[in-house]
Amino acid sequence: MASKAQKRPLALQIVLIATLVIWMIAAAFPFFWTLWGSFKVEADFFSLTNWTNSLTGERTIAETGDAFTGQGYYGAWVQEEFWRAAWNSTLVCLFVVSVSLTLGTLGGYALARSTYRYAFWFLLIALIFRALPPITLVSGYLPVFFDLNIWGYLPTAIIVLVAINQPFTLWMLHSFFKNIPSELDESAMVDGCTRFQAFRHVIIPVMWPGVITTGLFSFLLAYNDFAVTAMILDKQNQTMVPKIASFLGTTQTKGNVMFAVAAVVSTTAPLFLLIMFFQRQIVSGLTAGAVKG
Amino acid sequence: MKHTAFFWFTLPSAAAMLLFIFFPTVSIIVQSFHVAHEQVIIEVENCGPFGCTTATAIDQEATAELREAEPLGQFAGLDVYKDRNHLAVNEFAQLWADRESLGGFVSDLMNLPFYKALGFTLTYTFIVTPLTIVFGFIIAVAVNSAARTLRGPLIFFTLLPNIVTPLIGGLILFWMVDARGVIGTALRWLADDPGLSVKADTGLMWSMLMVYGVWSSAPFAFIVYYAGLQTVSQDTLEAARIDGATRWQQIRHVVIPHLLPLTTFIALIQLMDNFRVFEPIISFNAQAHATSLSWAIFNDLGGETQQLSSAAATSVLTVIGVAILLSPVLVRTYRSYGKA
Amino acid sequence: MNLKKILMAGSFLVTASATTAMAADCGISEGRLSIVGNEFPAIQTVGAAAQSCDGLTEAKANLTADHQKINLAGMQGDPAEYTTAIVANSSIVALINEDVIRPLDDLIAAHGQNIPKNQLITINGNVMAVAFMANAQHLLYRKDILDQIGIEPPKSYEDMLAAAKMIREQGILANPLGGPYAAGWNLAQEFTNMYLGHGGSFYEPGTANVSINNEQGVATLEMLKALSEYMNPDYLTHDSNATSAEWEAGNVALMHMWGSRSGRLMDAEGSTPQVYENTMVGAPLTVGGGDKPASTLWWDGWTIAKNISDEDAEATFKAMSHAISPAILNDETMGQAVWMIEGYTPAAVNDGVFAAISMGTTPYPMLPQHGLLHTALGDNIADFLQGKESAEQTLADIEAAYIAAAKEKGFVN
Repeated sequence: MASKAQKRPLALQIVLIATLVIWMIAAAFPFFWTLWGSFKVEADFFSLTNWTNSLTGERTIAETGDAFTGQGYYGAWVQEEFWRAAWNSTLVCLFVVSVSLTLGTLGGYALARSTYRYAFWFLLIALIFRALPPITLVSGYLPVFFDLNIWGYLPTAIIVLVAINQPFTLWMLHSFFKNIPSELDESAMVDGCTRFQAFRHVIIPVMWPGVITTGLFSFLLAYNDFAVTAMILDKQNQTMVPKIASFLGTTQTKGNVMFAVAAVVSTTAPLFLLIMFFQRQIVSGLTAGAVKG
Repeated sequence: MKHTAFFWFTLPSAAAMLLFIFFPTVSIIVQSFHVAHEQVIIEVENCGPFGCTTATAIDQEATAELREAEPLGQFAGLDVYKDRNHLAVNEFAQLWADRESLGGFVSDLMNLPFYKALGFTLTYTFIVTPLTIVFGFIIAVAVNSAARTLRGPLIFFTLLPNIVTPLIGGLILFWMVDARGVIGTALRWLADDPGLSVKADTGLMWSMLMVYGVWSSAPFAFIVYYAGLQTVSQDTLEAARIDGATRWQQIRHVVIPHLLPLTTFIALIQLMDNFRVFEPIISFNAQAHATSLSWAIFNDLGGETQQLSSAAATSVLTVIGVAILLSPVLVRTYRSYGKA
Repeated sequence: MNLKKILMAGSFLVTASATTAMAADCGISEGRLSIVGNEFPAIQTVGAAAQSCDGLTEAKANLTADHQKINLAGMQGDPAEYTTAIVANSSIVALINEDVIRPLDDLIAAHGQNIPKNQLITINGNVMAVAFMANAQHLLYRKDILDQIGIEPPKSYEDMLAAAKMIREQGILANPLGGPYAAGWNLAQEFTNMYLGHGGSFYEPGTANVSINNEQGVATLEMLKALSEYMNPDYLTHDSNATSAEWEAGNVALMHMWGSRSGRLMDAEGSTPQVYENTMVGAPLTVGGGDKPASTLWWDGWTIAKNISDEDAEATFKAMSHAISPAILNDETMGQAVWMIEGYTPAAVNDGVFAAISMGTTPYPMLPQHGLLHTALGDNIADFLQGKESAEQTLADIEAAYIAAAKEKGFVN
C-alpha cells in the first residue's frame, strides 16, 4: 500500500499521521512516565498531594538532595539481588522457548500434514484446554508437586509453562506448516526418505521464520508469566515478575515500591533490544504462517 | 500422513498436555462434583495472649475416618453448580416467577455473584474484542504507511502495552488515573467536573477496565495485521486500480478479504483471553464495581479458607462458556479442515 | 495495661543476663527447617534468626505474599515440604481444619520451658501455635487539625463523625476521614470490627449457623456508610497501602488503622513535617455506646507441621523458639512490630495496640468456618455502601452466600 505509484491525498496523510501520533502517545506515555518516575522517590512518583511533584521531584530533593536518585535501582539490583531473578528468568525463557518449539514443530508439522479428522479434534481439544484459567490448573498441581517433592524447582516451572503454552504453539505452527507446500517433503519421501528424514532435511531448513515468531510469543509468555511462577517457584528460584510482585507485597515497606518500578523498567530494556533485533522476523514469520488461519 | 508417524510426531507434545493440562482438568471436574464431609463441630475453649474464649472447632477424630474412606469428600452431583454462588437455579426460578419487568429481573439477577461476574465478563468480551480488532487494524495501516526507517521504533512502542507485565502496568495506570494523578487530573479538566473520579463510579470503572483491555491487547492484533499487510498482493491492487477502483474500494475488496483469515485467528485468541479477564480487576482494585469469572475463581482460592469445589465448578463453567463462544469459529475451521 | 506489664516483665532480666545473642547456638544437632510465611520485615527478622541456627541439616524460608495459597498444600504431603508455617489468628484455622499442624505440648515440656505462657495459643487444651507479635486497629489523628477545631481526640465513632463534620464545614479538609475500606478482605475486616463493637455475634452459639441479619448488623452497615461519606470517594479501592499514602499526603485527619502501620506514618520519610509531627496515636474507638472497642486483636505466630519426623519437628521447634527469643531484638528490629518478646520496649507509636489490649478488645474470631463468612462479607458490603440495595438485602445476601459456601465445606446442612 505504500507504493509510490499511489500517492496519498494530503487529507489522508494527515489522518494517518494523527492516528500514529495519538497511538504512540497512548502506548508509550505510561512507559516514559514510569522511566522518568523510576529516578524519583515514592512520595513523588505516587504523589497524592500534587501530581506535578513527579515532574519537579520536590520530595526527591528533600530526601536525597538531588532531583534524580538511583535508589530504586540500587535497592532492586544490589540490596534485593534482583540479578538472581534475572538469571532465573533467563534460564526459564531459554528452556521454555527451546523445549516448546521442539515439541511444537514436531506436533504442528504432523497436524498440518494429517488429513484425518482426529488431527482436527486434537487441535480443538488443545485449544479448549487453553481456556482453563491457569490459576485453576496451578491449584491442581500443588498437592501433587509437593507430594513428589518437585515443587519449587526451575525445571518444574519450565515443563509446566511449556505444557500450558503448547496449544497456542501448536495452533500457530500448524498454520505455518500448512503454508509450506506438501510436495516438498512428499517428493523427498518418494526419493526414499522416512517421514522424519523428510522433516529433518527438507522442512527444517525452511521453517525458521514461523518458528522465530512462535518462539517470540513463547518467550513473552515465559518472561511475563506470574500465575504459574509465583505459585510453584521457591523463593531462591523466583523469576523476575514474582520478584517484582514481592517488592510490593500485601504490606508495603517504604521504598520497596520504587524497587518494583525500577525493576519493571529494567525488565523492559532487554525486550527493546529483542524487538529491534527480531522485528523483521516477527513480521515475516507471521506473514508466512498465520495468514491461512 | 500415516497414523504411526502422526502418533510419534505428536507424542511429546501430547504427553506434556496430557500430564499437565488433561489430568489436572479431569481432577478439577471430579472435584466440582464433590463437597467436603460434614464437619463435626464441637465447643472448645481457646486461649491466647488476649485471654480465653469459648469457640468452636472441628472434631478431627470424628472427621478423620470419613476423610480416610472418601478423600475427595462426599459426592454431590451437580449441587455445587446449582447453588447460589454458581448457577443459582432456585434463586433464578424464584426471580423469574416474581418478575415485574424484564429490566427488574435482570437487575435482580445481577445481585447473584455468578450472573454479576458473567454480566461483566460478557460485556467486556463483546466490547473489547471488536475494538481490539478495529484499533489493531487502524494502527497497522498507519504504521505501514510510515517511512521504513521509522517502522522499527514504531513497532517497539506499539508493542509496549502488550509487553509490560500487567501486574505493574496496571499499578502504574491505577495511580495515573487516580483523581489526583496525571490522567485523572486531565480527565477532570477535560470533563470540566472537579468531582470526577474514575475509581468511585461503576460506569467509569467499567469503561476504564475496557480501555485498559483494548490498550493492552490492540498491539497483538496490530502485529498480526501488520504482518498480513506485507503480503497483500501488489499485482491485485494494481489490477484493481487499473479497473478504476477508488482507494476505499481497494481496501474493501482486496485488503480486507486478504486479512479475513487473520481476523479469525485474532478473534479466536482474543475472545478466549477476554473471557478470562482477570488481571485488570486486581490491578485496579475494581471488585466493588466489576467482577469476572476468573476473578471469582481467584476469590475462592485466595480467601482465608480455600473453596476448591466452588473454584472447580466455576472453572468448568468458564471452559463451557469459552467453548460456546468459540463454536462459530470452530465450526468454520472444522468445515475447512483438511481442504487447505 | 496488664499485658504490657507481662510483655515487659522480662526486660530487666534480659538486660541483666546480657545474652551473647549472635552466636546462634540453638541446641540443634540435626533436623530440617523450612518456613512458609508472609513477607514483611518482622517476619523476615524471625525467618532469618531461625535460619541462623547451627546444626540444621537444611534451613529454608519461603516468605511470600502468596503464603496462604501454598502453606496448606505444602504441609499436606508426607513428609511435608514446610516444617513450620507462620500464620495469624485468621489463617491458622485453615491449617487446623485440615489437621496438618501438630500439638506442641510435648515439645514445650521438653524444650520450651522459657517461652512465656501468654504466648501459647491453646485450642481445646492443646497448644497449637506460639505467638510472637500483636496487632490491632486503633485511632490515628492529626493533632494540629483537632486543635484547630478545638476538640479532644474522639473516643467513639459518633465523636469521630461529629469531628469530621466540623472539619469539613470549616473547610479544613474536604474528606477528613480515612480507613482501609477496599472492597474484599479489608472491608470485611471493617465490618467485623464494627459489628463486634456493636456487641453482635456472628453465629448461633455453638454452631456454624450464621446470624448477622439483625439490629446490630444494620447499625454496623449504617455506621460504615455514614463514615464513608466523609471519605475520599475512591474509598472502596483503598487498601492499607493506599490509606497510608492518603494519610502521608495530608488529606486525612482521622482514621482507624492498623497499629503495625503507625510507625511508618510517624516517621519522616515520605511525608511533610506538618503531617508526621502531628500524627498521634489514640485508643481504638467504641460505637453505639458499647464498652468494647470496635476493633479486633490479632497475633502472628508459628506452628509446626504434623507430617514430619520428630527430629525435624524438634529442630524446627528449637530454631523457631530461638527466633522469637529476646536475642533477636536490636535497634533495627525493635520498631518492626509490637513484639510479645521479653525485653521489648514499646515506643509511643505502639500505644494504640496496647490500649486495644487493655480495653479488652475481642480477638478476631478463630472459628473453623469464619474464613467463609469473611469472604462473603467482603464480596457483598460494597453494594450497600454504593446505595445499590438496602441494609437488610445486603445482610441477607451475605448470609445466603455464606450458607452456600458453608454447605460446600460441610459446616452446615
